[in-house]
Amino acid sequence: MGDSRIFQSVNHRIVISAAWALIALMIVLFATGPVGAQTQASTLQPAGPVAEMQSNVFWLVFWIGVGIFTTVIGLLFYVIVRYRSRRGDEKRVPKQTEGSVALEIAWTIVPVILVIIIAVPTVQGIFALSKPPEDAETLSVTVIGHQWWWEFQYPEYGIVTANELHIPVGKVIDVTLISNDVIHSFWVPNLAGKMDVNPYRPDPLPNSVNKMWFQADKPGIYFGQCAEFCGLNHALMRFRVVAHEPEDFEAWLEGREALATAAYQPMTAEEEEYAGHAELVNKGRELFSRYCLGCHSIDGAGFPFGGTLGPNLTQIGSRLTIAAGILDNTPENLAAWLRNPEAIKPGTLMSTLRLSDDEVEALVAFLHSQK
Amino acid sequence: MATQTTTVGRIPRVKKQTGLWSWLTTVDHKRIGIMYAFAALFFFVLGGIEALLIRLQLFKPNLDLMHPETFNQLFTMHGTTMLFLAAMPLTAAFMNYLLPLMIGARDVAFPRLNAFSFWIFVLGGIFINTSWFLDGAPHAAWTGYANLTTTQYSPGTNTDFWVLGLQLLGIGTLISSFNFIVTILNMRAPGMSLIRMPVFVWTTFVTAFLILFSFPVITIALFLIMFDRLFGTVFFSVAAGADVTLWQHIFWIFGHPEVYILVMPAMGIVSEILPTFSRKPLFGYSVMVFSTVAIGFLGFSVWTHHMFTIGMGPVATSAFALTTMAIAIPTGVKVFNWLGTLWGGNIRFKTPLLFALGFLSMFVIGGITGVMHSAVPANMQHHDTYFVVAHFHYVILGGIMNAIFGGFYYWFPKLTGRLMNERLGKWHFWTFLIGFNMTFFPFHFLGLMGMPRRVFTYAEGIGLEFWNAFSTVGAFVMAIGTMIFLHNLFASIRNGEKCGSDPWDARTLEWSLPTPIPPHNFDEIPKIHARDEFWARKYEGVDPNAPVEGWNPELDEYEKKHGIHMPSPSIWPLILAIACTVTAYGLIYSPWVMVGGILFIIVSIFGFAYEGDDGYYIQPTKGLSQ
Repeated sequence: MGDSRIFQSVNHRIVISAAWALIALMIVLFATGPVGAQTQASTLQPAGPVAEMQSNVFWLVFWIGVGIFTTVIGLLFYVIVRYRSRRGDEKRVPKQTEGSVALEIAWTIVPVILVIIIAVPTVQGIFALSKPPEDAETLSVTVIGHQWWWEFQYPEYGIVTANELHIPVGKVIDVTLISNDVIHSFWVPNLAGKMDVNPYRPDPLPNSVNKMWFQADKPGIYFGQCAEFCGLNHALMRFRVVAHEPEDFEAWLEGREALATAAYQPMTAEEEEYAGHAELVNKGRELFSRYCLGCHSIDGAGFPFGGTLGPNLTQIGSRLTIAAGILDNTPENLAAWLRNPEAIKPGTLMSTLRLSDDEVEALVAFLHSQK
Repeated sequence: MATQTTTVGRIPRVKKQTGLWSWLTTVDHKRIGIMYAFAALFFFVLGGIEALLIRLQLFKPNLDLMHPETFNQLFTMHGTTMLFLAAMPLTAAFMNYLLPLMIGARDVAFPRLNAFSFWIFVLGGIFINTSWFLDGAPHAAWTGYANLTTTQYSPGTNTDFWVLGLQLLGIGTLISSFNFIVTILNMRAPGMSLIRMPVFVWTTFVTAFLILFSFPVITIALFLIMFDRLFGTVFFSVAAGADVTLWQHIFWIFGHPEVYILVMPAMGIVSEILPTFSRKPLFGYSVMVFSTVAIGFLGFSVWTHHMFTIGMGPVATSAFALTTMAIAIPTGVKVFNWLGTLWGGNIRFKTPLLFALGFLSMFVIGGITGVMHSAVPANMQHHDTYFVVAHFHYVILGGIMNAIFGGFYYWFPKLTGRLMNERLGKWHFWTFLIGFNMTFFPFHFLGLMGMPRRVFTYAEGIGLEFWNAFSTVGAFVMAIGTMIFLHNLFASIRNGEKCGSDPWDARTLEWSLPTPIPPHNFDEIPKIHARDEFWARKYEGVDPNAPVEGWNPELDEYEKKHGIHMPSPSIWPLILAIACTVTAYGLIYSPWVMVGGILFIIVSIFGFAYEGDDGYYIQPTKGLSQ
């Protein structure tokens, strides 16, 4: 064991090569893009000004970091190769250097300069993120976090929806964040970094309710999720942001407003499409009013009232996902969810109702008729 | 040696020096250090198994290997175990064993309190882990954010075990810190001024002050949540008007210094290894000391960088961003001084040095990502994602744990008179380093690609599959490295190559002692003439007996004549620790047990106080005498 200089031993040369190859492999794989990704929720593919500014700051500090890392590790390798002990020379006593004032000053000043380079855009960024640009057109949205789903309110329009936030592109979304229970965190990686959703106190002080803003520059469906551990199903508290062209958003808004103010109708226009299933749909509506209405609301579906404990299900038929963004909204998934929500989301507040297959079919038909 | 009792005090005191009983009653800092090391390694393995289970569940999206509740318990206990039951006690093992040796003392200032610190740590660790077999382990993350930890959102006893377990561990840690501070201030050998102390002693000193100022904060926080949970107070009840972000402020006022409590001893270990293996003194010693102190101070001014997304407003956020960046400066200075130590040296690539270099390179990566986090706009994206998980694993596992491994290889011969196997040591180093980077480097990618932390599963189809699978494979490579280490450690105790008392040609005082080190450490209290005293004696012709300021020749004469005074072993530290633990169970399960436990504590304190004994005397040449 006596002599164990790593650079003269074949074994260790192989290991070092393997280590470098591994790092190179990782960088190549990362540079060529996430393997097997169909969609993206990357913070480095910004789709709006907030995420873009945040990723610009990231790239600045990243490259400074790469510079520091290369310098330090380069120096380290140089030093350990150049000053390694030679065979037969192990007992040599090198010059006992105690230190150097000039060097100490140098390697204090250089980090100070680097820190200043990082500090300037950081502070600028903090203030830019703290409130929306003054002259911007804004749409107000109130995000309400629940264990474990998202409620989205549009206070200017009196609209409530869940787990799917519709926004127009090119408009600043002015978000107020409130939690109904524990702390959550609202995060749409492509659009903006996160902001905590703190529990709402009975008598909030000014500034104690969190706000954030973001904007989407191109239409699309953006992946969002809760980023603060909020209990059992934190991992299953997801949502989507659907960014529309302004005209499309207007149309969506008008449709929702019409539903919100619609008078009681035995059957809505959309349900006519389901004429063949009218009986099934009507049975589903009846079951919904019996089992679901205590917690859920559907605007314009003919119910005189609706519960607010669970997600608002207006237009559930046209939503992309169900169960807080975790399942595609297919009849099969919806049926599975209705049959046994506990199996899909253990600990969910949604009751397992022990519905018969016929009842599930009717409820799915009714819910999917709500477009 | 025979069991002897004495009746000087009211309660007879045991004096057995061998066997299980001697370990349960020992007050010898060296034995306590060894027990710290083995207990902490046990918890390290436990936390590692928890980590492997976590990685298995995340191998693929939507895997269903375990219930989400189990996963949440696993990651909570992984964090709690690794920080409080593995990393901190491992550093405590080195502090206990080395601190008196390095400053030329015979023990720490309060040997029985030192034993109590150890036993309350072991029993606190067992206490928390018994929750697995009772009603479930803690499940609200190691940070225990209110109001998730209130009974409304965390019914059951899970969080009670976390609160009370941390409270028990905190008692031991605080007492250790008093002990070390008093020891360092009062018990240094003549000639060892503060500015001649080995850097490991300095880092221990600063660490002890960080504990002294930060642990009372977590103690109060834990009391608040404990009162909420057990006695129905409403400190963290939103309905009663609480602002629950208060918990995060209190927690991180403790939590950030806690990071330095872990990393400082590791820096100290590296600062001992690098000079020995480059055969040069530590470069810029006084700058290193000042940087250590500066980091300690700044460590109290950056807590909200763990909470940049909490909504503090731009002014507070900017201020804390700047203080955080400022910490990078003394830290960078340290890194360059370590490089300066190697520069111009005669570098021998023994295993301890490899681990010290591993510390250096991994710590640099963790440090750089730390600075990235201080850039708040980027932090808003990174916060609570796997990018942060990558960052702190580079600091704690890649940094601190590498230093601790290095410390094991370095000081093992001092304990056993044998070397750990160099070949296995190198296999350990490379498998661990490669496995570590395979596991944690991809975490940076995962975080940037949108994976939040503390999730039992993740969305399919957004590109997280490959790196999660890759990372899980890496975790098992790292586990192999750890198994090689454990095998090497245990096998070398019996079969390691025999070596003298100074196999590395080292520089500090502990290496001047014979191996095994006698119970009283130094036959004669050493006189310190230089920073690297032992090196100076070997290579610079310093006469160990040359008088120094503060030397009291009469004391040496007295000891020669009467022998060296030693404290007797004591069972009361263990009994008091058991009493505290019983009380903790009582707080959870039964008020009567709690009342009994408190009475038990009072009785134990009296036992502690009234066990009588004047200690015993050792004649260095003749052995034990009465």
